Amino acid sequence: MSASAKSSSTYISLDSLLKSGRAQSEPSSSGCSSSGGSGKSSCGSAAGPDDMPAHIWEKVKNHPCYSEEAHHHYARMHVAVAPACNIQCNYCNRKYDCSNESRPGVVSQKLTPEQAVKKVLAVASAIPQMTVLGIAGPGDALANPAKTFKTFQLLQEQAPDIKLCLSTNGLALPEMVDEIAKYNVDHVTITINMIDPEVGERIYPWIFYQHKRWTGRDAAKILTERQLEGLEKLSAKGILTKINSVLIPGVNDEHLLEVNRAVKARGAFLHNIMPLISEAEHGTYFGLNGQRGPSAQELKAVQDACAGGANLMRHCRQCRADAVGLLGEDRSDEFTLDKIEQMEVVYDLDKRREYQQSVERERQAQHAAKLEAVAAAPADEDIKLLLAVATQGQGRVNQHFGHATEFQIYEVSGREAVFVGHRRVDLYCQGGYGEDEQLPSIVNAINDCHAVLVAKIGACPRDELLAAGIEPVDAYAHEFIEKAALSWFADYRARIARGEISHQPRGDARIRQGAYTAAA
Amino acid sequence: MALKITHECINCDVCEPVCPNHAISQGVEIYEIDPDLCTECVGHFDKPQCQLICPVSCIPLDPEHEETPAQLLDKYRRLIRL
Ligand code: SF4
Ligand code: SF4
Ligand code: SF4
Repeated sequence: MSASAKSSSTYISLDSLLKSGRAQSEPSSSGCSSSGGSGKSSCGSAAGPDDMPAHIWEKVKNHPCYSEEAHHHYARMHVAVAPACNIQCNYCNRKYDCSNESRPGVVSQKLTPEQAVKKVLAVASAIPQMTVLGIAGPGDALANPAKTFKTFQLLQEQAPDIKLCLSTNGLALPEMVDEIAKYNVDHVTITINMIDPEVGERIYPWIFYQHKRWTGRDAAKILTERQLEGLEKLSAKGILTKINSVLIPGVNDEHLLEVNRAVKARGAFLHNIMPLISEAEHGTYFGLNGQRGPSAQELKAVQDACAGGANLMRHCRQCRADAVGLLGEDRSDEFTLDKIEQMEVVYDLDKRREYQQSVERERQAQHAAKLEAVAAAPADEDIKLLLAVATQGQGRVNQHFGHATEFQIYEVSGREAVFVGHRRVDLYCQGGYGEDEQLPSIVNAINDCHAVLVAKIGACPRDELLAAGIEPVDAYAHEFIEKAALSWFADYRARIARGEISHQPRGDARIRQGAYTAAA
Repeated sequence: MALKITHECINCDVCEPVCPNHAISQGVEIYEIDPDLCTECVGHFDKPQCQLICPVSCIPLDPEHEETPAQLLDKYRRLIRL
């Protein structure tokens, strides 16, 4: 069956999708709901988001993958101890790094549990921000569970302050929930792309279950039942569960609203909708058969439509499963197997605690600046636009344009600046010289933005950005992002009021695969 | 006939735990099947489990180890007695 042939008949325009999503989200904002809601009620802790209960916020506030604020300050790492997988996805070629499931290819460096633990201790000692260890592949963390759980067990003994999380396709999940609870794994991610076998058969060619290989609708039916059962069991045990969905245009785009409702009803606390990344050279079924990924606008439309359901996460970078560092940064080259073997690792819990306390103070300051900026902003606002921001963490505009490998995207109105995503780009500046051939691709990646906030920018890219209609701004260097964004916006409004400029809508942008997922 | 793993193997390690006879192990470069332990899953399952789960279809029959169904069943009986 061909995925592309079927796509035209079921495709619904994103405009109508957006409308139906809004309509559905309205009745669900009923006061102080513990399962989310659309953010109208305020019952989270003071520093937490409005739509998240305090006990969940307490658990996730320092988790870089789950809390939008934390990802500026804390780091996660993944270790590649789980190469086995029990299903096949059409967006995955097991040989190579998979951008969709955040996993490296099986030919990337594979670690034994003992090696993995040494790596984690080495990284945690060198990078005190490292608070989260995830197992996300290269295959499915639960397809060969012995290695995953051995790693967790050793870590819990040797570094009890590190949070554990794992990612799974869910097929083996229901029987593993007790084991997961035993190791105090408090974050689980399930990749759920559909709840309807008719959609599923276009995503999964086969699964291996109860000693048989299942195909077509039967396979998808078993998979969705197992995924939802696993989610329910995790929720019953109080284990936080995030859902990842890969947005596949023409296959599951309108369907993701139903997925969003289904997973919210079963207690998922976050829903992360990621773009399909599909290129022929990855050798995946989708890549080879011309299935395209969504554009930035299509992705945002589906994310916006789902925003009233389970809390949506927009800062997932689909980082590689063996990545190390703050989100958007990869320091894994410093911690290869040979280097770790040489290292003398001393795990200093007190030093780590001290560092984390200083980060907490910095975060409070960032939060206060945000509240202040929001309070100062005028309330009567109709313009909404996107800004790109070059940052290397701490929640500040603190990166040189030429050094950015990704830009964070904020949606700004007079009232607030909300993080809505990120875009990867190739480094503009290499060896001190700007690479002119990179600039058009950077412009493509942030083409839907009105301005880009940077710490500094050279004359050449400045002119080219201006020519493309994107305003380069370095006036807010080193300020907190939300405050900078709102200040720029106020200035933008003032210039419109003075008749210096007029507000023009921007075009769409292209989502692309970034540096972390290059074929190994 | 026992099965064998070819050089297409990507070392994903998913076949190892599904083998009912513990015939599969990590070799120097790729995973390997011990022909003395492989019964083509005869006695346990209808179909060779490792073939069904291998993501890159790299586990064909090994022509150097031809065995009849009766011989395989025999091997199975011997193995479970061990
Ligand atoms: S579950 Fe993950 S590893 Fe397995 S086929 Fe799908 S994307 Fe690949
Ligand atoms: S055919 Fe069956 S017995 Fe032989 S190696 Fe594969 S799983 Fe093991
Ligand atoms: S399942 Fe196939 S690719 Fe994976 S280790 Fe076994 S033989 Fe190799």
